[in-house]
Amino acid sequence: MIVVENIFKSFGNETVLDDISVTFEKGKTNLIIGRSGSGKTVLMKSIVGLIEVDSGAIYFDGRDFIHMSLKEKQELRKEMGMLFQGAALFDSLTVEENVIFPLQMFTDKSHEEKIERVNFCLKRVNLENVNRLFPAELSGGMKKRVAIARAIVQNPKYLFCDEPNSGLDPKTALVIDDLISEITHEYNITTIVNTHDMNSVMEIGEKVVFIYEGLKCWEGTKDDVLISDNTYLNDFVFASNLAKKIRDLQPKQGN
Amino acid sequence: MIVNFGRYLILMYRVFSKPEKFRIYFRETIREIENLGLNSIGIVIIISIFIGAVITLQTRYNLESSWIPLYLIGLTARDTILLEFSSTMVGLILAGKVGSNIASEIGHMRITEQIDALEMMGINSASYLILPKMVAAMFFNPFLTVISMVVGIFGGWIAAIVTGALSSADYIYGVQYWFIPFYITYALVKTVVYAFIITSVSAYYGYYVQGGALEVGRASTKGVVYSSILILLTDVILTQLMLA
Repeated sequence: MIVVENIFKSFGNETVLDDISVTFEKGKTNLIIGRSGSGKTVLMKSIVGLIEVDSGAIYFDGRDFIHMSLKEKQELRKEMGMLFQGAALFDSLTVEENVIFPLQMFTDKSHEEKIERVNFCLKRVNLENVNRLFPAELSGGMKKRVAIARAIVQNPKYLFCDEPNSGLDPKTALVIDDLISEITHEYNITTIVNTHDMNSVMEIGEKVVFIYEGLKCWEGTKDDVLISDNTYLNDFVFASNLAKKIRDLQPKQGN
Repeated sequence: MIVNFGRYLILMYRVFSKPEKFRIYFRETIREIENLGLNSIGIVIIISIFIGAVITLQTRYNLESSWIPLYLIGLTARDTILLEFSSTMVGLILAGKVGSNIASEIGHMRITEQIDALEMMGINSASYLILPKMVAAMFFNPFLTVISMVVGIFGGWIAAIVTGALSSADYIYGVQYWFIPFYITYALVKTVVYAFIITSVSAYYGYYVQGGALEVGRASTKGVVYSSILILLTDVILTQLMLA
């Protein structure tokens, strides 16, 4: 479980996170949603310490992350996996070398054991026979899956996914969403996903937090999203014509 | 400027923290020796041979006097190459080649979040990315300097005999005449210091880049410019300290 308490973050005169408090639950896919520029990525990067917050507290299963030393943060990060927006695979390394990288750095397992673990993780994300390929030779969806394999190779307790579906077609996006959800439940980890994709919200949003201009505006489940009377949330959720038509159909179905 | 210097010191503090795994860092250092060192041999040889030739010819045309023995041309070419060209000029050339390579590589990793990915794995990204480059350059650049010295003097000899500026015997006698071995020590000390400047300054500009491809290009240019200025400044200081 990750608890965020009253965090503030400003860049110059611009307040990007304004008194955000939220609890991300273990064994669930927790979604942070909001428009582009609303502060989602800053919130996620603040939680993992890639951006320093101005004030507030962040607890990972009770451990105070903000006041940890750099060394302690590095230790805690070994329990985290992160899927970046652009996958962030190392260009000069093959798929296998990318996934095995954290194991090479932090474990003393034999090479055979490491390769076995790498192959298991790649198989888990439905990728096989790609070990020798370089990231430039992969499609966008494959890159994301390799990044997920790299994120889970050390059995993390916390998984962070920043816009996992950006740049993917709807069908591939569903595959990635399902994968994230399955892994969360299978390993009982705390997963936080940043997204503005409503398909993802309706697929895997067990807990949804809506950020609007740096403020936590709403929280609930994916089922609550469609029936909320929060104006800002409704503007976001029902922004497209398709979503508006679905909303307009709902009362008729009820009658 | 003070802010930049402060951030540079903080970065260096992180770079020289204890590595997570020595074996991985050693492997990376070997890779960087190939990338930054071995791949620079070609350009060092080409530039050194031509500059050695030009130094010899220019010295010959500036010493048109029957009072001056011709072997002094060999001596002048040798000392110019040993004292200044093979350390400082090659240092400036490497600041352009290696410095821009380091700044753009690290800058690209920054804007594509690869550095964030390293941090998220619990790895000290500054140390992992920069320390092997530094060690590789500080270890291998002295070899490049020695290669440059040998090839530069050889280039002068070729120019002397091909153009007939002076005889082979005069040039070889001049190259051997009044040789001071400390000049080589002086050149190698400068080379090691330049290697540190080139790698650390370029890495600094790459590591803290923000934005996109344009900013990476700017960081690369800044890395080269500031490395070059610092090399020239250090040249003056070390020359005063070691030769005065």
